[in-house]
Amino acid sequence: MSATVRSSVSFERLVELRLAVEAFHCDYADVLDRGDIEAWPDFFTDDGVYRVIARDNAEANMPLCLMLCEGKGMLKDRAYAIAHTEMYAPRYVQHQISLTRITGVDGAQIKAEANYAVFETLIDEPTRILQVGRYRDTFRLVNDRLLLADRLCVFDTVVVPNCVVFPV
Amino acid sequence: MTAGQKNECAFEAPPPFDMASIDDLRWPNDPGELPDWLFTDERIYALERDRIFRGPTWNYVALEAELPKGGDYVRSYVGSFPVVVARDMRGEVHVFENRCAHRGVEFCKTYRGNTRSFVCPYHQWTYDLTGRLAGVPFRRGVGGKGGYPEDFDLNEHSLRKLNAVCRNGVVFASFSDKVEPLADYLGPELLAEFDTIFNGRKLRVLGIHRNVLEGNWKLYQENLKDPYHATLLHTYLTTFGLFVAGNRTGIITDAKGRHSALLNAKPADRPANDESKADIRSFKPGMKLADPRVLDFVTEFDSPWSSSAITIWPNLILIRQMNILSLRMLVPQGPGRFMIVWTAFGYEDDSAEMTQHRLRQNNIFGPGGFLGIDDNEALKFVQDGLRQSVPRSGIAALGQDEESMDTVITDRAIRHMYRHYRDLMGF
Repeated sequence: MSATVRSSVSFERLVELRLAVEAFHCDYADVLDRGDIEAWPDFFTDDGVYRVIARDNAEANMPLCLMLCEGKGMLKDRAYAIAHTEMYAPRYVQHQISLTRITGVDGAQIKAEANYAVFETLIDEPTRILQVGRYRDTFRLVNDRLLLADRLCVFDTVVVPNCVVFPV
Repeated sequence: MTAGQKNECAFEAPPPFDMASIDDLRWPNDPGELPDWLFTDERIYALERDRIFRGPTWNYVALEAELPKGGDYVRSYVGSFPVVVARDMRGEVHVFENRCAHRGVEFCKTYRGNTRSFVCPYHQWTYDLTGRLAGVPFRRGVGGKGGYPEDFDLNEHSLRKLNAVCRNGVVFASFSDKVEPLADYLGPELLAEFDTIFNGRKLRVLGIHRNVLEGNWKLYQENLKDPYHATLLHTYLTTFGLFVAGNRTGIITDAKGRHSALLNAKPADRPANDESKADIRSFKPGMKLADPRVLDFVTEFDSPWSSSAITIWPNLILIRQMNILSLRMLVPQGPGRFMIVWTAFGYEDDSAEMTQHRLRQNNIFGPGGFLGIDDNEALKFVQDGLRQSVPRSGIAALGQDEESMDTVITDRAIRHMYRHYRDLMGF
């Protein structure tokens, strides 16, 4: 956690928040790794924004996203498309989320970052790295529950292997 | 040598190819029959590199909007060949090989940037923005010893240049001096579709996707010449009328059959659930979007078509789908693999809302797109089949070679492409 956050929030509060965010990551990864895609929008606030952007674009100030959802409606439409309209080979995905840190606290709003890796396994093929990247998150405490108001996934794996079916 | 001197280093023509070496590959004189080896054989791939990508073709390499200022450059490709596209201080755009003339180093390792010169990191050979060799270290040696011979001529060791042409902000390159002017290369019908998008308005690049597909590059050209799949595979196209049989649709090709445009006029409302939809499993009449903004269509072009999916032989797909504007550059990496570089753009004078709308609509395409995923997966499935099974020919037999353009249950454009391909390849 950064020095500026540490000076404004107690150490105990930061540890508590970090554990809460890590628990959130566990639940989020569990839903996606089980393939329960239509439960995924529930991790977001009604106005939650979800973006997956190549690091190359992010660093060049080019806004094009691999996936862009502005609000619960678009999150649900993305989940519905994956569950019911898109054609793709069956696959397992598995998230590894690490190095979680709290980067800002402002009332009920918490900023946090973490590294992620997503592994993908297709029938008769070796497991491959689908994506490695970094979450830049803004959480909001709603009824004692953390929800994502903004998740920006900046991925280093700029050359995508074939396609990214599920959100990361 | 003066500073303004031009780089005259050019590529030689590819060496003659021994056609007897592929005598075992038999292709009946029927462009509707597509033998597996077209997509899997290393010798065919090598011949394609020589006769198509180094042949009399124009290849997309960049948008001028990526190089607004003198000294701006991008890494790119012509076929599988790495090139650099750079703008010199006088504003002229140059395309040259990304390979040091000294020892072959691929010297440009960044996607884009701004520079006064390109310095090879290995031995510091230095090239100007036209690709001309401007200097080498220790040319005369040290203390009178070593160095290059007296008659060593920098001019003979410049980067080899390709022919380059810009049309309304789009940069094409060719290895060939024999290729016709770009407008003639495209032909009047395709040029009109091209100019609808590139109409002189300044462009703004919104970003770039890159992905690698485990398939043959020609499958991607075919995919956009294949209205049969478009109306069957893609729920977003069929259900919301972005492309579906029963709409006002059509496919046009140029006189040589190498380029095409798949055209569609989206109905104001959703398409009717009539008998033309009975065969379409992807058609979901009950589907509703929770946030339909992704499908908003802001009229901005003087065209009867809401979408125009253009293939420009051999390395470019140009898409106008409602307010999505994007280029897909094909970069072959062997017979069974290619990279796609997707460049999404809008116009410099777009409002902030219009830019956000284009970004939102781009959810439909790309390696994470609602229907981009369908295509990427389908092409991989094709290559999986060709790679592992007992060889056989595929067929592209729908429709007639001469038919009205508004027939879309047809493989006509695929056959036209392979007829041209046979000519280029010398079959």
